[in-house]
Parts: sequence; C-alpha cells; structure tokens
Amino acid sequence: MMIDQAPALIIIFPLFISLVLTLAGSLGPRVAYGLLLCGMAGSLLFSLLALGQVVADNQAIHYRMGDWPPPMGIELVIDHLSGIVLVLVSACALLTAVYSLRTAAEDNPDRLHHYYALFALLVTGLLGMTASGDVFNLYVLLEISALSSYGLLARGRGPAYYATFKYLIVGTIGACFYLLGIGYLYIMTGSLNMLDLAEIISRPELQESVSIKIGFSLMILGVWIKMALFPLHAWLPNAYSKAGITTACLIAPLMTKVSVYIMLRIMFTVFSVDYIFDSIAWSQVVIYLASAAALIGMISALAQRDLRMMLCYIVVAEIGYMTGGAWVANAAGYTGAVYHILADGLMTLCLFMAVGAVIYRTGLTSMAAMQGIFQRMPITAVVLVIGAASIIGIPPTCGFFSKFYLIQGAAQAGAWVFVAALLIASLVAAVMFFKLLEIAFFGDPQALEQEAASGHGHGEHGGQPVVARHEAPLSMLIPMVITAAGLIVLGLYTKEVVEFFIGWSIPAGF
Amino acid sequence: MDEIFHFIIGKYNYWASLVLLFIGLYGMIAKNNLMKKIIGMVIFQTAILLFFVSIGAKRGATVPIIEFGPDKQPLLEASAYANPLPHVLILTAIVVGVATLGVALAVLQKIQRVHGTIEEDEVLEDQRQ
Amino acid sequence: MKRLTLVILAICAVIMLAAAVDLPDWADPASPASTHLSPDFLEQGYGETATPNIVTVVLADYRSYDTMFEAVVVFAAALIVLVVLRHTPRKRRKMLQHRPVREGRDTVLRGAAQLIIPVMQIFALYVVGHGHYSPGGGFQGGVIFGASFILLALCYNLKFTIERFREQAVLVCVAGGVLLYAGVGAVCLAMGWNFLGYAGLAGILGVGEVMARSHGILAVEVGVGITVFSVMMSLYYDLASGGDLDEGL
Repeated sequence: MMIDQAPALIIIFPLFISLVLTLAGSLGPRVAYGLLLCGMAGSLLFSLLALGQVVADNQAIHYRMGDWPPPMGIELVIDHLSGIVLVLVSACALLTAVYSLRTAAEDNPDRLHHYYALFALLVTGLLGMTASGDVFNLYVLLEISALSSYGLLARGRGPAYYATFKYLIVGTIGACFYLLGIGYLYIMTGSLNMLDLAEIISRPELQESVSIKIGFSLMILGVWIKMALFPLHAWLPNAYSKAGITTACLIAPLMTKVSVYIMLRIMFTVFSVDYIFDSIAWSQVVIYLASAAALIGMISALAQRDLRMMLCYIVVAEIGYMTGGAWVANAAGYTGAVYHILADGLMTLCLFMAVGAVIYRTGLTSMAAMQGIFQRMPITAVVLVIGAASIIGIPPTCGFFSKFYLIQGAAQAGAWVFVAALLIASLVAAVMFFKLLEIAFFGDPQALEQEAASGHGHGEHGGQPVVARHEAPLSMLIPMVITAAGLIVLGLYTKEVVEFFIGWSIPAGF
Repeated sequence: MDEIFHFIIGKYNYWASLVLLFIGLYGMIAKNNLMKKIIGMVIFQTAILLFFVSIGAKRGATVPIIEFGPDKQPLLEASAYANPLPHVLILTAIVVGVATLGVALAVLQKIQRVHGTIEEDEVLEDQRQ
Repeated sequence: MKRLTLVILAICAVIMLAAAVDLPDWADPASPASTHLSPDFLEQGYGETATPNIVTVVLADYRSYDTMFEAVVVFAAALIVLVVLRHTPRKRRKMLQHRPVREGRDTVLRGAAQLIIPVMQIFALYVVGHGHYSPGGGFQGGVIFGASFILLALCYNLKFTIERFREQAVLVCVAGGVLLYAGVGAVCLAMGWNFLGYAGLAGILGVGEVMARSHGILAVEVGVGITVFSVMMSLYYDLASGGDLDEGL
C-alpha cells in the first residue's frame, strides 16, 4: 500500500512537515532541525521506492490524484526521467538540510522554524514540478518554489533585497510567459494533461498551427528565463550570490536543474522530436545561444573576485551545456543533457558546500578567503578539489562522462561551435580552478589573519588564529564528503546509470 | 472587407489582453520606480487572466451551474453552460498573483528601509557606495 | 535603452497579434476548449459529486490537487512576508515613524463599521457554505471575511484589531487551513483511496460515495476559507505596519 501511494507521499510529506514547522515553532531549533531532516529523508525514501518500482516494472507510474482519470483529473507521472530527478532533488535537499545545522541558525537568529518551513516548501515545489503530469499544475508548483525561493533569498543581508526584487520581477515574467503559453495550447487543444496534449498536438491538422508554435515558444521562453539561459541570465548571479550559505546551497544546484528538466518535459513529452526539430527549426539558434552561455558564463566566472559570484557564473555556463545537449537533436546529446542534470546538481552542490564552509570559517567571501585552506581545512580543500575536477571534466568524476556524451552528441549533429564552446569552457574552468587552488595551496595564511583581524570578517570568528587547523564542523563535513564521494561513484557507475535510467527515457524519434 | 471586419471584431478578446499584456511588460522592464514596476507586474498578470477567462465564454451559454427542470431533474446539456475549466484556472492564477504581489510589496518595503528610496537608479547608486 | 525595449516589445506584440489568425473566435461554441474536456465536466460533474456548481466541482474535486497548492501559495506568501519584514534588528525599529494613533474619534466611521462588519461576516460564511449551489466558495468567502477584519483595522486601528485577533492565532489559522485541506486528503489516503479521493470519506461519514465527494468539497472549501481569511489579515498586519505590528495605518 505504501508503495502504491509513494508518488503522492514524495510531495505531501515535506508539505506536512512545512505546516508542522510553522505551527510547532516554539519547540526550539533542535526540534525544527529534526523535523526538517525527517521530511527530507521521507521524500528521499519515497522517491527511491517509486524509482525502484519504475525500474522493476520498466514502465511509468501514473498516479491519479483524487482517483480521477487523467484528462479530467490531475495525474502524477513517475517515469525513468522524473524518477531520477526526484531522487536527485530529494537527496540534495537532505544533504543541504544536514549541512544547515550551524549555518541556518547563524543566518536566522530569530524565526528559524519559519526559515525551515520555507525550505521544506521549496523542496515540495521542486518535487511536485518534477512529478507533475499536468501543465497547469506544474505552473502552480513552479510559483510555489519561486515564491519560497524569493523568501529564502530575501533573508540575506542588505543588498539581497534589491537583488531579490529583480529576481522576483524577472521570475514573474518567466512564470507568466509559461502560463500564457499554456493558454495558447489550451485554446487550440482544450486539454491540460501532458500526454493528452501530446496526442492532440501530433494530429496533422495542428502541425502547422501558428498558435501552437507561439504557445511552445512562450512556454520555452518562460522556462529559459527561469533557468537563466544566456542572455536572460543576469538576475541569477546577483540574486544567488547575496543569499545566506544554506540558501545558496539549496537553491543554486536545484532550481536551475529542475527548470532544465521542465524544458526537457515540454520538448519531448508535450511536444515531440519531429515537431520541435522539423516544424520549429530553431535548433541552430539555440545551439549558438547555448555555446555563448557556456563560454560567457565560464569567462565571467574567471573574472570574478568573489567566490560565490564565481560559482554562480559557473551555474550559468552549465545551463548552456545542458541546453545545448538537449537541442543537438540526437540520443547522445539527450543522454548527456540528462546525465549532466544529475552530475551538475551534485557538483554544484559540492562546490557551494565547500565554499560555504570556507566562508563560514573565515567570514570572507573574496578569493582571499581561500588562502592556505589546505593547511587550515584539509577535508574541505579535498572536497573542493573533487568538485573542481568534476566541473573541469577530469575522470573518474561524473563531470567527465557528461561532457563526453555532450561532445559526442554535438559531434554527431555536426554542431562544431558547441563542441568548441564545451572544450574552451573546460579549459577556462581549468585555468580558474588552478588559480584558485594555487591561492589555496601557496597563499599566505598570515595575510588572511591580518585581514580578518582588521575587521573585514563578520561575527565571532574574526579573532581566532586562522593559521591553525580549523576544520568545518562535522554537520557540514559529512554532507560535503558524501557529495564528493557521490561525484566519483556516479562517475564510476556511468554505464549503469545511462543503461538503466536514462536509456529508457530517450524520446521516440532519436 | 467583411472578412477583415470579422477578424477584428471576432477576436477582440485577444487584442485587448495582448495590448494590456505589453503595457504591463513595458512597465516592468522600462520603469525606474520600483512601485511602478510592481504595478506593471499586476497589469501583466491581469492581462493573462483576461486572456484565460475569455476562453471560457460560449455563445448561448449560461454560468456553469447545473439548472433543474420543472420535474427536479438536472438539465445536463453541455452546450447550455459555459466552460468551467478556465474559471478554475483563473481562480488559481489570481491567488498566485496576489501572493506574488504581497511578497513584492514586502521586499519593496525592505528596499525602502535599507536604501531609503524606491527609485531604481538611486538604489544602484546607494549600492555602489 | 527604454526606446529599445519599447521597440522590441512592439515587434513582439505585432508578431503575437498576427499569430491570432488561427485562434478560434470569441465565444465560439465549436472551439476546441469548449468541445474537448469541458462537456465531460458539465455532463458528469453533477452525477459524480451531487454538486450543481461545476466550477466548484472542478476546483475542489477534479483539480483539487491544484487548489490545495493554491492554498499553499497563499500560506507561503504569508510566511514570506513575515520572514522578510521581521528581519529588522530591534534597534532600527525606533527609527521608523508611523502615523500617530488616533483614539476615541470618528464616531460615524466606527458606527458604520459596527453595522457593516457583522453583515459582512455572515455573508462571508454564506458564500463559503453556499458555494455548492451558487457562485462562491472558500476563496471568495475567505476574502470577504478577511476584508471585514481589515475594515475593522481601518476604522479603529491596527492595535485594536491585533488585541482581538492575535498574530499567533492568525498564524495558527494560516497553517491550520492548509492542514485541514491536506488532512482531508491524507484521511482519504489512509482509507485506501488515492490522495484527495473524497470517496474514501464515505465510510467515515456514513454516506454514499457521491455524497461523500460533496462533503469532501465542503471540507476543503472551509480549509481554503480559513487560510485565505487569515492570510489576508496576516499580510495586512505586516504590510501596513512595516512588520512592526505597532500602529499601522
């Protein structure tokens, strides 16, 4: 019985936790933390159960909400693609929840339980978006995750408010475009269910309909704004880099990856390969955009002096990789894009966690904070190296394999611009991380000590001797090490992941 | 001539909502005052709501509440009632819009407190210092 | 920059207006939207739920999962406004200035409010309760109910309202309404049906499946009503006073 209800429970469980956190706030931070962990662990458990069932039966689970049959009611669809994204999202959320013990309490001296309630709501929204089989339901959950992310980001300090406001305006434009796109599709088809829509759109009389094309363009444009594809990316680094440490770890890896997943859903579930690559011949333009995103993202990251800004621009570049992979229109590119959702979710999380730990210990967000961390925080430094290796694409980390598939797909499609962009972006990433690690390895810890002592640091850590070994607390180290190990394990089991999960989700027509 | 006339009159709901939509979008992008941006956002959202709700209209149909005949039997003629689905969607979208508006106003209040202004260029000026 | 924006938007507008060619005419009974799904709702809705208002049926039963998240959206908004505005350190609060509180005047205003508010509240309850048979339901009723309290706060002052309806109680209502909604869903799940399958309530209520759906719709509408009314109040409390809950407008 539990297994039958698992698709609903994945989403409902964190929702209940969020409500309970709001009501039971007076019970103290320990209880709130425990409840949050419990909620995220529950989601992960149910996601794994659902994915296990999908793999065992080799067919998608269709869960009817309220027992109504699909085109009339709303259904949740868990197939190989949404299953692995659900596991990714809930696992990352659980790791971040564990990590948040110290940082969230420090960023939120008051109202920690409300912060955690928003945390759980954000995860609810992301999981719900991933599992939804109804385009309008997806919009509602998109807004839930967007609203809770505005709330979480606005918990940052001073400049965060303006950055959040910009994000709110841009995010609303994105969501409204998506909604308007649904409107066009609904007018032309009369349906909201993804599979039903797909069936109606594939009818010959709608193949040349301008309105359907406008609807598709609006939905895709809305999702591109949400996932910060170049040139619509300007809001992302500003908003994410001013957030608190926990918020950045939660939002930066997950929001954009789920948006990419939605793009894949719209492209290949609602519409079809034939429709997108034949009726709408944009793919050349999109591949150029994706190449530009990868290059400009990485080069902008290289130019940053602020650690979190640098990571945010890496996120922008990675979005370019995934978009390019999805639009090169072949199985290898698709595999690369989906695999990169998993890989990038983990490696972005890994880097944000490691950098967050450094910021937590030093109180500085500039590159200077990295000086001598190999002596001060050896484990964090190793985690950072693994994350960096994955971003650059050094085997056996998973970043290598996703890039391998992406390049293979681009080469098959003859998209040499994208191949070049991927290779150059990797080189730029290598230069950037070697620069960073040079500071980390050879940097003078004394200089940092002076800087911290002169009052740039915030809070109580400023006065401590920073040269001495001063590793991050255990609550941060454990999730960091698990994530870093995950990068390597995912890399080693690439063949299995591609064979058992991604291979089954490759859309018909490739 | 007749066809053009029909084209303009027959689809006036789309014209009206699209014009409103772009007015709102322009306000959101081009206005300097952050409050005006929020007003633009509300116009933008309302335009989409109008777009949706106009889909529900059906000639010769009444509100989608089942009526009963003289013998207390429900009249279940689908062509007699307007399409209920857009109304439902709009109810949801209105609530989402209100929630976004509330959050936007709260963030705006904080901007006003931190920077002392709600003009975009002055906020940027203040941030640079 | 602004000119450029205007030009780009104008081009987009022209494209989208031109693309309206193959959209169906306004109120066309033969349009796909009116022929694909909506006849099913109109013809089956009453028989399956014993509720004549089909908008309510679709809102709270066929698409009740959406509506639950709609309630969650307003819940989230209340939570966020609270979290964002209460972030101010205490020492800054003294710097903020509000309008002075006026006490004991405006007899006409208060008299009018005393007359109107009870009527509004009873009407709000009617709108929630009668949502099965006439336009109305949890959102509309909740908004009217919340507006009655905001009227109270406007005619008296914020402090007066907060003394009668404490913020803690408002927050409990905000989460409680959503909890009621999701709780109904969870009860259905516990009875062996899918989440929000109100037919699962039949055993508990001692009625048939069709009537159980009707009662289920009422229960979730009440949950939505509670959430919406308390969120209205919560938003008003926080936005009107800048998060300080002192004097307000």
